[in-house]
Parts: sequence; C-alpha cells; structure tokens
Amino acid sequence: MAVKHILSPLEPSVIATLNAGDMVSLTGRIATGRDRVHTYLASGGKPPVDLTGLVIYHCGPVVIKENDRWKIIAAGPTTSMREEPYEAQIIAGLHPGAIMGKGGMGEDTSKACATYGCVYLQVTGGAAQYLAQRITRVEGVYLAEFGQPEAMWILNVENLPALVTMDSKGRSLHSLIREESFKQLQAAYAHPFMKEGHD
Amino acid sequence: METSLLRESMYELIRRTSTVLPQDILQALQGAYRSEDEGGIARETLGIILESASLSNETRLPLCQDTGALLAFVQARPDSTVFLIEDAIHDAIRSLTHEGILRQNCVDPSTEKNTGDNIGPSVPQVHFEPHDGPTRVSVMLKGGGSENMSTQYSLPLQSLQAGRDLEGVRRCILDAVYQAQGQGCAPGILGVCIGGDRASGYLLAKRQLFRTLDDTNPSPVLASLERTVHTTANQLSIGPMGLGGKTTVLGVKIGIAGRHPACYYVTVSYSCWATRRYTAELSGKGDICRWL
Repeated sequence: MAVKHILSPLEPSVIATLNAGDMVSLTGRIATGRDRVHTYLASGGKPPVDLTGLVIYHCGPVVIKENDRWKIIAAGPTTSMREEPYEAQIIAGLHPGAIMGKGGMGEDTSKACATYGCVYLQVTGGAAQYLAQRITRVEGVYLAEFGQPEAMWILNVENLPALVTMDSKGRSLHSLIREESFKQLQAAYAHPFMKEGHD
Repeated sequence: METSLLRESMYELIRRTSTVLPQDILQALQGAYRSEDEGGIARETLGIILESASLSNETRLPLCQDTGALLAFVQARPDSTVFLIEDAIHDAIRSLTHEGILRQNCVDPSTEKNTGDNIGPSVPQVHFEPHDGPTRVSVMLKGGGSENMSTQYSLPLQSLQAGRDLEGVRRCILDAVYQAQGQGCAPGILGVCIGGDRASGYLLAKRQLFRTLDDTNPSPVLASLERTVHTTANQLSIGPMGLGGKTTVLGVKIGIAGRHPACYYVTVSYSCWATRRYTAELSGKGDICRWL
C-alpha cells in the first residue's frame, strides 16, 4: 500500500487529499488530549497552544523526568469514542487538522470533519513501544493539573504510521465495518447453539 | 516470609506483567498474523502489534501505556503473612509507578485529583483466598479501554431475543463483541460468567481471563459453547483494531456460578489483545520459585 507522508500542522489543501483507507506517515508537532482536556476545551477553556492544523492525539502517555528532561516511556492511543460528545465543538472552534486515536468516532465528529476540514487517524492500540519510538521530543506539558496521563503533552513525532479512517468527505471505515458486522451478527443469530450430543 | 524477598518478588511479578506479553497470547497473535491476507490492513496491524510486543520484551518497558488498575488474587494460608504480601504489593506499585512501568491510573472521583502513585480508595484490588499449599499470587493489569467494553446482561432480554438458556448466553456474548467493535483493542479475549449476582459475575468473568488460551473447559457443554462463540465471533469481520479481518477474538473462556431463580446474568469481561496476567508461586521465604 502506498504511504502518504504528511506534516503536522496540516495544511487544508493536504487534508482535502486524504481519503478513508489511506496509509499515512506522520511527522511534526502534535498535542495529546484526552478526557480532561476535552471537557476543558469544550466548556470554553483557552487552549494552551494554537491548535490550528495540529493533530490532537487521544493518548495518555507514561512520562518520567530523567535528568530534568521529560522522557516518553509508552504512548499508544486511547479509545476515541469517549470524546464524541465534545469533539465536534472542538473541531468547529479550534480547527485542528486531524484527530488521532483508536476505535474511531461517531456521526457528530464525522460531520464536523466534513464541515470544517479535518480527518480522523487511527493508530494501533496497545502498540505503546512501537509508537513511543516514533516520538522524537517532548516540547512541553500544559494543563499538568489534570494529572500526568491527562495533561496536554506537546510532542514531536517522526514517521508515525497511521490509517485515515474518517475523511473530510464524510466517509468512515468504522461505520462501514459496523454495518457489515451487524449483518454477520444477524446471520449468526439464525443458527442457534446446540448442545453437542444432547439435542 | 522475608519482607525484602517478598518485595523483590512482587516487584518482579508486576513488572513482568506490565512488560512481557504472556506466551500463549503471543503465539495466538503470531497465528492470527499468518492467517490474515498479505498486504491487508489486518495483517499490517498485527505486524505492528507483534513488533511492539517484541520491543517491550527487549526493553522491559510497558507493553501498553494503559497499565490498568492492579487486580491481584493471593492464595495463601490465612495467617499474618497476608499482611506482608499486601504491603509488598503496595510497595512494588509505588516503585514501579515512580519508574514509569505503571502509569498514574488512580483518580479520586470526589476531588478529581490523580493520587499519583496508583494507591487510592479500594485501589489496588487485592483478594485473599485461604489456601492450603504453596502461596500463589496472580496479578492482572487490565486497561480502561477494554474495561469500558465489559458488560452485563440480564436474561430474558427481548432486544436480543435472548432467553434463559445457552443460546441466550451465546447471543449476549456475540452482542458484546459487536458492540465493542475495535474499541477494546481487538482481537480481544473474553472472560464470561454465566449466573452469579451483579457483583460476583464481574469478578468471576475477569477471573476466567487467567486461564491460558489453550486451556479446555472441563465441562463439555461449556467447552462446546466456548468453541462456537470463538468461531462465530471471528466471522463478524470486525478484525484487529476494528479495521476488518478474520481475527476478532483470540479466546473465549466461560465459567459459571449458581444463580438466584429470579436472576440470570451473563457477564462479559472484554480484555484487549494485550491481556497481561501472570501467577507466581512463592517459596516459604518469599522468593518466586515457579511461574504458573
């Protein structure tokens, strides 16, 4: 599969070329944000950095301080769906270039991606070491009062592999797979369980 | 038991649980990788998973950044040793959190403050079971993403046309897999409890996750149900991380508990591919003499 190299912050012209199903390799500056950051931003909290075009990464990393410098120990994605009640508003108000996490997001986020020009990038859940290796630097930390996993970490990443699963044209691989699996589930329900040797 | 040896043992047990994927799960993931289509997203995803697991094994750093909330079962003679074991577990948790082998995963809901050391009200969960034999400590680190996908059904349930029988149970477990999609980090492992009450159901379902994937249920009918659900779940095409494919679950482990005549619960503990659990047997002095 051909891989598209993209830079964060993302330019609107680049976002427009990304399609659901595209493999991308991400380089640049990204900001982590999970539950506390989302409720904070959605309730009108001021973003500590300009999020325009940036990738917001749903991630609660493990970080330690070594010789006065932050060191990322592990940094895989968290489940994005928990941020569904807040994400559309954040996309509308703060114009990030991409949302990155795992498991995909819902209808409201999909609509906001189409309206304001944003994409959803899926990275592999649990692959914390593989992904941590692609983080080259910790630029800083904001909103530290939310706790270490929930703070906003500004990171530099290099060649981080991700898959575009929701694009700016309203397409979502997650909803396609959900529909297909629903059909399979109904088919499975048609064949009830038989106790072997009993029925 | 010697306090210092016991501390070292609990440190080693928890560190290993956070950083080394159990062998049976690694083998299942390798098999899944070979079974998925070459060049497809499912195989690509499993490749990244295997590479990351291998890295964490080499570096002895966390397999997943979500190191869960620690759950432990201690089987020991009911004497004062159990207090020493609990203290050793707490000490090990504090050290490992400080070193970044465990993430700061305990938030006090009344103040919204992270306690910073993974110790808080009713955290960690350490369960003691009186046992006449060598002391055994089992530890599980289960991530919050998969914990959120765990669920409990009360039968009969009209929406699934699930009655109070094993077919009803099958419908519930498959529904849980469908509802989770990729959000619990598929391919998942399902621990299930049929029966019990609302509290015991969740604990016993989780306890099933300690069974290795190759373990066959001693009950023929439950073994058959486990096989059926496993095969059928993989036909749902949800795939690794919910991006489609043949591998949606790696294993299904079902236990039972007696039920009140009015109650029929099916509890599904959904665990991610990175299911982290180990059991260590301790010598009389407190060092690890065997991994189970």
